[in-house]
Amino acid sequence: MASSHGAPPVFNNKVIAWIDHRLPIFSYIDKEYNTFPTPRNFNYFWNFGAIATVMLVLMIATGVVLATNYTPNADLAFSSVERIMRDVPSGWLLRYLHMNGASFFFIAVYIHIFRGLYYGSYKAPRELLWMLGVVILLLMMATAFMGYVLPWGQMSFWGATVITNLFSAIPVVGDSIVTWLWGGFAIDNPTLNRFFALHYLLPFIIVAVVALHVVALHVHGSNNPLGIDTKGPQDTVPFHPYYTMKDGFGVICFLIVYCAFVFFMPNALGDVANYIPANPLVTPTEIVPEWYFLPFYAILRAVPDKLGGVLCMFGAIAVLFVLPWLDTSRVRSCTFRPVYKWFVLFLVVDVFALGVCGAHPPEGWYVPIGRLATVYYFFHFLILLPVLGKLERPLPLPSSIAEAVLLKKAA
Amino acid sequence: MSTKSKMILSATIAFAAIAAGTVATAADNEPELPKHEWGFKGPFGTYDRASAQRGYQIYKEVCSACHSLNMLSYRNLEELGLTDNQVKGLVSDIQIADIGDDGSAIDRPARPSDHFKKPFANELAAASANGGKAPPDLSVIVKAREGGPNYVYGILTGYVPFDKLSPDTIKTFNVTKDDYYNLYYPGHRIAMPPPLSDGKVTYADGTKNTLQQEASDVVEFLAWASEPHLEQRNRTGVRVILFLLAMAGLMYAVKRAVWADKH
Repeated sequence: MASSHGAPPVFNNKVIAWIDHRLPIFSYIDKEYNTFPTPRNFNYFWNFGAIATVMLVLMIATGVVLATNYTPNADLAFSSVERIMRDVPSGWLLRYLHMNGASFFFIAVYIHIFRGLYYGSYKAPRELLWMLGVVILLLMMATAFMGYVLPWGQMSFWGATVITNLFSAIPVVGDSIVTWLWGGFAIDNPTLNRFFALHYLLPFIIVAVVALHVVALHVHGSNNPLGIDTKGPQDTVPFHPYYTMKDGFGVICFLIVYCAFVFFMPNALGDVANYIPANPLVTPTEIVPEWYFLPFYAILRAVPDKLGGVLCMFGAIAVLFVLPWLDTSRVRSCTFRPVYKWFVLFLVVDVFALGVCGAHPPEGWYVPIGRLATVYYFFHFLILLPVLGKLERPLPLPSSIAEAVLLKKAA
Repeated sequence: MSTKSKMILSATIAFAAIAAGTVATAADNEPELPKHEWGFKGPFGTYDRASAQRGYQIYKEVCSACHSLNMLSYRNLEELGLTDNQVKGLVSDIQIADIGDDGSAIDRPARPSDHFKKPFANELAAASANGGKAPPDLSVIVKAREGGPNYVYGILTGYVPFDKLSPDTIKTFNVTKDDYYNLYYPGHRIAMPPPLSDGKVTYADGTKNTLQQEASDVVEFLAWASEPHLEQRNRTGVRVILFLLAMAGLMYAVKRAVWADKH
């Protein structure tokens, strides 16, 4: 097969040529993943899209095999997970890959989101690309939450109790919604059954939205660390082999850290209470969600009113949907935004502070710090972002990616 | 300094002092768990089979009177270095409830494929025989408690007799003569009587049967029961990480070579 920039591929293999003439999947792969013109100046932050994709595939692959050995029954779920760990060949490996895979999927996606925030990847013409990403995040959260319920440990049960009860804050119909979610008047077997069904379904919806995410990405191509548009072939390289190889390197580095957890500290990111079988009569002293939900949990608890807390928690994600219109600056990359750059980094500190507050009982210093951090989170998006875009004087932008790359080379 | 800023400053100091005080008392109430050296910690960790076998003896002679070990089968003991025949010998005197060929309830000698025998017929029987609360199953107990093996070891060795308690402790935790006081149990008043003591079991291999030795052995056994595939996991992990490191080096070299003309 031979092809060059822009020209349709010519397939030497007759079978491939025959198929492609009727169903152009090979042309599609060639166009989107082989010759696809990609900015030549990516840094390693641009690996995390590929890493997240690998984690999604890994979660589905391990999850399908786990599901063949799991029993979604309130009396048997806990022991069926233990049976997977003990008696299913390599069951311990599958289970620990899946359990820690959720955490590392979130790590990859959170870094991916930070990359988008810092380099302004959400700005025109990539607003829908960004919004589809937020949809993926929401679907991931729902999937992870329901997956955590399946081992039917104490934290599964009580985490599900806290989160489903949030919907009771909705006026008038709240209680009916909770009953509908539970499939009864308490969290029990029907709840576990529907959570299992949905936990199996949602990842495939995530795959579909990821496909849309990639379609939207390939309309205008990737953003880049300079945040300026590509102006011609001198600014880009073909996706393969330049970024397939770079992504391959990044993916393997990520897998090293992930495997260190899977093999040497598989329970470090989980809660010990989830090794106690669910007991509706005994409330754990502290109900804490998985680490990737802690900042949102802190926002929920920062508001002294239940409905207010729920609205703020969902608002924390909702604000990301409208982010492209909240940012008034015409410059994408923080490299050229001398003031906003520090505020983005401070937002990261703020989210970490929220995470720490979410991990501790709401007492002492954690109460005022959690509230302050919550206020700052919304202040950043709703006030700072629109105002700063107007006030800030961005640094001069380079005229092209190629020019900036050559200047850096000369320096 | 203005009066207002002085007020703010003193309020801040007072607040910080109260906060620091709260933290200090919280730390006082929770004594640090004993730091025992466990051979199964770390990426190259393995179980001490002799110790775990002694631990099984303690489980069988002491713990199994009240605590179940539901997730394990007798055949699993072979993983601790016992032969098939040794396991058959160990279980030969255990009677298991079953259903006979004619459908009637029978008791039959245990087989290696049987799950560990439960001390009580059901949860209610276990609760009513133990003051209203069933003793927890020990299958994953080491993974189910903050502090893991050190916590279980701490509980087994952390009993303080009533006459050795300070009047202050007795008052703070409402301890009476009928309570058992344990240094490491949350709230300190534990329902379980001290299960182990010096000379509680007699070891066949001549190991000295001190309280510490017994506790250490049974924790080794329970740690294995909680995570029976730990050694295989560690071995696989070392190979996986070595492979990935080599692969990362290779990918980096390929990436450098591919990009050579673009940098």
